[in-house]
Amino acid sequence: MAAAFSSHLPALQVVLALLAAPLCVVLRRPGAAWMIATVITWALLAIAMVLLGRVLETGTITYALGSWPAPWGIEYRIDLANAFVLVLVTLIGSVVMPYARASIPAEIEEPRIYLFYCMYLLNLAGLLGIAITGDVFNLFVFLEISSLSSYVMISLSRDRRALVAAYRYLIMGTIGATFYIIGVGMMYQVTGTLNMVDLATLIPNLTDNRTVMVALAFLCVGLSLKLALFPLHLWLPNAYAYAPSAVSAFLASTGTKVAVYALARILFTVFGGSVLIDDFGLQELLVVLAVAAMIGGSAVAIYQSNVKRLLAYSSIAQIGYMILGLSMASVIGMTAGLVHLFNHALMKGGLFMVMGCVFFRLSSVQVEDMEGLAKRMPLTMAAFVAGGFGLIGMPLTAGFISKWHLIQAALEKGWWGAVAVILVSSLLAVIYIWRVVEAAYFKPPPKGAAEISEAPLSMLVPMWVMIGMSYYFGIDATLTLDITTGAAETLLGGIQ
Amino acid sequence: MELIGLINYWIVIVLMMTGFYIVIAHDNLVKKIVGLNIFQVSVFVFYITMAKVKGGTAPILAEGITTYSNPLPHVLILTAIVVGVATTALGLALVVRIRDAYGTIEDDDFENQDGEP
Repeated sequence: MAAAFSSHLPALQVVLALLAAPLCVVLRRPGAAWMIATVITWALLAIAMVLLGRVLETGTITYALGSWPAPWGIEYRIDLANAFVLVLVTLIGSVVMPYARASIPAEIEEPRIYLFYCMYLLNLAGLLGIAITGDVFNLFVFLEISSLSSYVMISLSRDRRALVAAYRYLIMGTIGATFYIIGVGMMYQVTGTLNMVDLATLIPNLTDNRTVMVALAFLCVGLSLKLALFPLHLWLPNAYAYAPSAVSAFLASTGTKVAVYALARILFTVFGGSVLIDDFGLQELLVVLAVAAMIGGSAVAIYQSNVKRLLAYSSIAQIGYMILGLSMASVIGMTAGLVHLFNHALMKGGLFMVMGCVFFRLSSVQVEDMEGLAKRMPLTMAAFVAGGFGLIGMPLTAGFISKWHLIQAALEKGWWGAVAVILVSSLLAVIYIWRVVEAAYFKPPPKGAAEISEAPLSMLVPMWVMIGMSYYFGIDATLTLDITTGAAETLLGGIQ
Repeated sequence: MELIGLINYWIVIVLMMTGFYIVIAHDNLVKKIVGLNIFQVSVFVFYITMAKVKGGTAPILAEGITTYSNPLPHVLILTAIVVGVATTALGLALVVRIRDAYGTIEDDDFENQDGEP
């Protein structure tokens, strides 16, 4: 019994959340729905940890869904890269849950709260499905499960601007997913298979086939829309700014990250990575867009007066770092990209949680409303400063670890321009973080400001856990670096 | 002959571009959803077309028949159709709520009402 249970863990990783989601709708009571969602996310974290441990011990796990053997059936294939993303998603998911209990009722109307938990679980199922599957069409289905549920989660906010943001995200997201599915169709037309490992044996030899190249273009554009790469990022700022804070914290640290992973999987496992190095211009294109995102995102962030919007633009810049690392197609570059994926998730998740605490007491996240806030909410604002240091990339923070490796990777390639851009973008981060710090610490509170106290403990603790982890992995990065290096080597297997 | 043989693919391209254009060019939120639907339908036609095998029939075992069309893309596109229906339903539901909140479904009017970009 126990052995059978343990051999089905890969399926349970996804199915558990999928089954628990309708349960929230049936129960309807917010407290009960929260309870289910929390227990399930923690169980999922445990499963992801076990799977990661197993991959580290014995190597890649394959699981034939419904016992249909690959390449005919859908195969779940967990190597180090998948296991790493699974742990990241479930970790963020389970830290956000305790936080949501107090934060969500402040930002979503009472009769809709149980729907939030249902959507949260569906979103989790979708994201985990993307990360775990070894089938390109199955990936599309999970991509849409996670996207549809995120549109709903964003639109649940009390702020009416969230509705428009969710609608625009829906249009852009659907175009992205449809582009992806066109690419999948073209690959199938040429190869007759949908299994990633099977495709990986066929596609790299077909790179002079025009259909395959067009498929690559569609796949790249489609996934870039989902991960908000620079010119395709327009849906992101408003969606994150007006969504409930717990949703922003969760989506900012998982949604785009999983899409980055999917792009890496397609480029490196399915296409063997050689398309990047080949004389095709894809590498140059990705590098230019990543650099533009790093400068543009940070520069626009400086001018934002809504701090959640500021953090969203900063996310666009940070996605640039990840794509830059990925496009280097070297082990150290990919390691830097993946470790930043993890570190940024912790930092940005923590910072959005800070904004949730501020909104909880202040009902606003405008910079001018936060003047003198540090005296009234010292723990919350200290978390902002601590998380902000991470975004800038100060030593001892996780952000430093990833930037350090990214710079090393760029130096290895001799890309001096990229090194300069990383430094400039970090300086811009100093400016936008400073604007908030200045308002909160060095300005007197406005006259007649309401007496407010610190946010409730159930919100402070998860927030500090998130920020604390980003420092822990900044001081002792051996664990994350070991895993990401292994994951990078797995992904780059096609090149070496 | 080439042109006639590829007629389905030409239809796919025309539908795809029509849908895409409507999504980009129209400000009316419902029209955008309609455009999105046309865009998605073009992909359905694309998948169904590529599954067709010349002279093949439905993939049911029967005597005297040796050539079958490929059923897999049909199955795939059934899934995609379901996803498309869900997306349309959600999009229209959002439009209803946007109309409740703003009293309009023209894309330009929201920024004016909220007073910021």
